[in-house]
Amino acid sequence: MSLLFKQRNSAGANQRKLGIVAKIIAFFVGNIRHWLAALGDIWRDPIPSILTVAVLGVSLTLPSIMYVVAKNAQSVEQHWQNAAEISLFLHTDLSDKQIQTFVKQVQLHAKVEKVTFVSNEQALDEFEQLSGFGDALNLLEANPLPNVLIVIPLAEYALASPAADLLTELEQMREVEFGKLDIEWLRRLNAVLSLIKDTMGSLGVLLCISVVLIVGNTIRLSIINRKEEIEVLKLVGATDGFIQRPFLFTGLWYGFFGGLIAWLSIEIMLYYLSGSIVRIADLYQSDFRLSGLSVAEMVNLLLISMGLGLSGSYLVVRKQILLIEPDSSI
Amino acid sequence: MIRFEQVSKSYSGGVQALQKISFHIQPGEMAFLTGHSGAGKSTLLKLISIMERPSAGHVFINGHDLSKISRKQIPYVRRDIGMIFQNHRLLRDNTIFDNIALPLIIEGYGLKEIRKRVDTALDKVGLLDKARYYPNMLSGGEQQRVGIARAVVNTPPILLADEPTGNLDPKLSLEIMRLFEEFNSVGTSVLIATHDLGLIARMKYRTLTLTKGRMVQDGLQAEENQGAEL
Repeated sequence: MSLLFKQRNSAGANQRKLGIVAKIIAFFVGNIRHWLAALGDIWRDPIPSILTVAVLGVSLTLPSIMYVVAKNAQSVEQHWQNAAEISLFLHTDLSDKQIQTFVKQVQLHAKVEKVTFVSNEQALDEFEQLSGFGDALNLLEANPLPNVLIVIPLAEYALASPAADLLTELEQMREVEFGKLDIEWLRRLNAVLSLIKDTMGSLGVLLCISVVLIVGNTIRLSIINRKEEIEVLKLVGATDGFIQRPFLFTGLWYGFFGGLIAWLSIEIMLYYLSGSIVRIADLYQSDFRLSGLSVAEMVNLLLISMGLGLSGSYLVVRKQILLIEPDSSI
Repeated sequence: MIRFEQVSKSYSGGVQALQKISFHIQPGEMAFLTGHSGAGKSTLLKLISIMERPSAGHVFINGHDLSKISRKQIPYVRRDIGMIFQNHRLLRDNTIFDNIALPLIIEGYGLKEIRKRVDTALDKVGLLDKARYYPNMLSGGEQQRVGIARAVVNTPPILLADEPTGNLDPKLSLEIMRLFEEFNSVGTSVLIATHDLGLIARMKYRTLTLTKGRMVQDGLQAEENQGAEL
């Protein structure tokens, strides 16, 4: 494109004849070229890049580890969700029909997820098996156990205080002798878990901001280092966009390598920790296993870190390149 | 092609670099710009390539008023102007080939076209065998020829040179000047700032002489008064 000389075919003559597909291909090929060129620049002057990438890796490892911890905590928490289980002990003088109607009635309750009915016979059988009092129990004339209804509230009513409300509500029903819900520890657990989640969230945000700032600063320094080159580019007619591109791609690469380091360190840490976790889980007779990052999560980690790297460089590139103008002895 | 109308340029602090300069360089004309250092030669060239803006007056290229060119359009103007510098301004980390290809890469030429044009430019300056060298492996004169090849590789209609022979001995200087003549002969307008009066005297081209920011002479440098003027 020539502004001053209309008759002049600059870039164009050949390129304008390209079809749309060829243009799209050319666009991608051009960008890949810049992308690889940026990698080449990192390769040629690796020390500052390695330092930056290492800092990024550490900064990204912390929030990712928090994420892994939160993820594992969630799977543990799910086991504990059973804690929000309400046991309703029914009056012993109810007929089978009355019991069936009542079970249906509770099942249809808006706040209830699931109802399990444990009849007094079932309870007795279970008790027989577990306690080892089998023979002694045969001496009993009548089954002393009540019918029990185990009510699991919907997730949104499983938290401590709504679960308590539900309990009072259900206890008021005529068929129920009394209900039971151990809320205190559930309430404490929920409070602690939400505190941990909030702390991790805010720390994660801070660490992501630090990644953006670190990339921004490194890119700023590399722009200043290449001042002379940028001046020459401006002299031969490069647009600001053209000059910016390699720096943006460098930011992208920093993010990519930072994310890769974060992922590697998480895997190493998980490997290191898994032994002791298994030991603890065995002691609690749990089959809990630490789960690491899935492939999708790893891709997400890389995308996020590349995004952070890109935005870090974007923040400084525009302004820094505007500041550099060819001057003094042309 | 290049027209100045009552152009003045003063820098902050009240330094008057140029005062009411007017001249017109025709398409295909070759001219010298001369004067002591500090007379305003570099400033005048910077006004053409929009590295500086005039404080008063107007600069026209091919009839277009440069004061109407926005910041974003400047790169496109510079693509129409080949610039040559005293210190070459080559990229040290790039090969000669890559240095010369730079203006073409910026304009988005395809690789095949780039090869063809860079080879042509290298051939013109006689450095075809040194395409893979790095700038610091070449002599001063060769580096200057690389600078010229880069300036002409996209065949701009205007060539500006600021002290292109500043660091060269007379024989090399003359070679460089012959190159400029060659480009001029195919229709490129050439403006060369230099204080090498001996060279100017031998070449017999239109000469614009600046003294303290004023145009004191515009015309063929007469040999008998060159000593008196400067």
